[in-house]
Amino acid sequence: MAEAQNIPVGSTTAGQIAVAAESTVATRMSAPASFDVADFPVPHGREEEWRFTPLDRLRGLHDGTAVATGDGVKVDIDAPEGVVVETVGRDDARIGRAGTPVDRVAAQAYSAFEKAGVITVPKETVLTEPIRIVVHGEGGTAYAHQVVELGAFAEAVVVIDHSGDAVLAANVDYVLGDGAKLTVVSVQDWDDKAVHVGQHNALVGRDATFKSFVVTFGGDLVRLHPRVAYAGPGGEAELFGLYFTDAGQHQEHRLLVDHNVPHCKSNVVYKGALQGDDAHAVWIGDVLIEAAAEGTDTYEMNRNLVLTDGARVDSVPNLEIETGEIVGAGHASATGRFDDEQLFYLMARGIPEIDARRLVVRGFFAELVQQIGVADIEERLLAKIEEELEASVA
Amino acid sequence: MATLEIRDLHVTVEADNATKEILKGVDLTVKQGETHAIMGPNGSGKSTLAYSLAGHPKYTITGGSVTLDGEDVLEMSVDERARAGLFLAMQYPVEVPGVSVSNFLRTSATAVRGEAPKLRTWVKEVKEAMERLNMDPAFAERNVNEGFSGGEKKRHEILQLELLKPKVAILDETDSGLDVDALRVVSEGVNRVRETGEVGTLLITHYTRILRYIKPDHVHVFANGRIAESGGPELADKLEAEGYEAYTKGGASE
Repeated sequence: MAEAQNIPVGSTTAGQIAVAAESTVATRMSAPASFDVADFPVPHGREEEWRFTPLDRLRGLHDGTAVATGDGVKVDIDAPEGVVVETVGRDDARIGRAGTPVDRVAAQAYSAFEKAGVITVPKETVLTEPIRIVVHGEGGTAYAHQVVELGAFAEAVVVIDHSGDAVLAANVDYVLGDGAKLTVVSVQDWDDKAVHVGQHNALVGRDATFKSFVVTFGGDLVRLHPRVAYAGPGGEAELFGLYFTDAGQHQEHRLLVDHNVPHCKSNVVYKGALQGDDAHAVWIGDVLIEAAAEGTDTYEMNRNLVLTDGARVDSVPNLEIETGEIVGAGHASATGRFDDEQLFYLMARGIPEIDARRLVVRGFFAELVQQIGVADIEERLLAKIEEELEASVA
Repeated sequence: MATLEIRDLHVTVEADNATKEILKGVDLTVKQGETHAIMGPNGSGKSTLAYSLAGHPKYTITGGSVTLDGEDVLEMSVDERARAGLFLAMQYPVEVPGVSVSNFLRTSATAVRGEAPKLRTWVKEVKEAMERLNMDPAFAERNVNEGFSGGEKKRHEILQLELLKPKVAILDETDSGLDVDALRVVSEGVNRVRETGEVGTLLITHYTRILRYIKPDHVHVFANGRIAESGGPELADKLEAEGYEAYTKGGASE
């Protein structure tokens, strides 16, 4: 069952476990998944999948008025030896295999990109250094598509680093061959005005392991759909997320784990801290266990820490089970406040205010940060958290 | 010798859109090595005194002075007061999710002592202090006060008292909600700190029960926002026998 505690005024923490004949996860979307933007009506904001998102801040990504400027983002890829990095046309067969766009902006991105990036780690290639994709916003508007494909038993870490200012709609496909291991760290460290919307699809092969860290700090509006499905039994997916939502920012993470084959595992842990007026974080965690997916083991959790008044969290876990023959399924969502009484307690033990906040926020994020395993990224995240806190106290 | 001097302290609180005066001129001097029991009925302002001394933002000081060794306590922020040597063991310690007890204790000790304690001696120091309070070592890895029982919370407060070694310790109803065994363990902890002779103790309580374990040098009856009567330990015996009625008659005790 969902648990909820100390929910700030104006927030929702709802949860449900449905044992349903037909999928509500699928049917509550206003249109079926499609690669064609024309299949999606322009959202008006009351649709289930858009109701938390301020459409007027999407800068036209949702209604066809956002035109690519040609210099929207600069992409640099640094890949270790053995990795194949290509730029391909729209007709390349490797594009779009991991998943289909589920909303209008994802379909817009798919319909509008001109060239796609394809990164291939050949089978049985085990990388010791990360592949780094640096996406720097140059102030324009861009549509993009990136494919990361691991052959059977390949192992890789991919860091996608977003910074600068841009209006970007971009989808990413991760295709994992049998027994492959992929860790992805996607960092959204945008400037204050950036808008970033995208769908990240992972197709996890037989006995493959997919681990994802989605780390969102910046931007005016960030809305991401991390999604996982399995291509064969024995797959494992761990989806971790961290966000630090500041005054005026909208950061939305909408996850789906589709247990469509038997004997796969998934574990979802997203944690967010919020501070400042009109900081708004949205977390939607959908887990679907299809009738065929016997032996599924899944858990999802969202935790939010509200540091100041004026912030809002919407946290909605949904677990939908179509078979009872599973190992385990659970979810939890809780939103807590760092309030004046906690601050008083820590300060009454001699701890200065900034250190008290640091202690609480670091403690809150530590277990996730430590699991990233990429030292420079871990350090940067901790430094970023410090920076955000310093700014809030100053 | 450290001395806490409270002179004519007046404190108000905002409640229901009205300003209410809770403390109406408190005078008290607590010296290092002394133990003062402050006893009084509910609503007399005992806890307000405790939280005002610690600097809780809910309370507004409208008059009087508080000094610790001549330094103006009322000018200090909450953390500065703690670093100056004031300690408040709270009646309702606050849960701090995500912060482990061990991390909290070390951060606190670092702040109060002015430098990080050496890791090896620190681990030993905490371990021994916890053993004396019959606390399970696993306790250190739990989050501060999260899911603690009433007795665990109070032990945790006294653990901090032992580790932080304040000049003046204010114990706000530390006895409330404790069974006899827990009360004894907690009282022994307080007594260990008192026996060093280096702490002045302000023991705030509603009941005389804890005074069987912690012997005060001075007993003050608190009523209607000020000290109504002061005496030696024998005053506690009188209260035990007669209750607070003599002090609350005609007084506005909330």
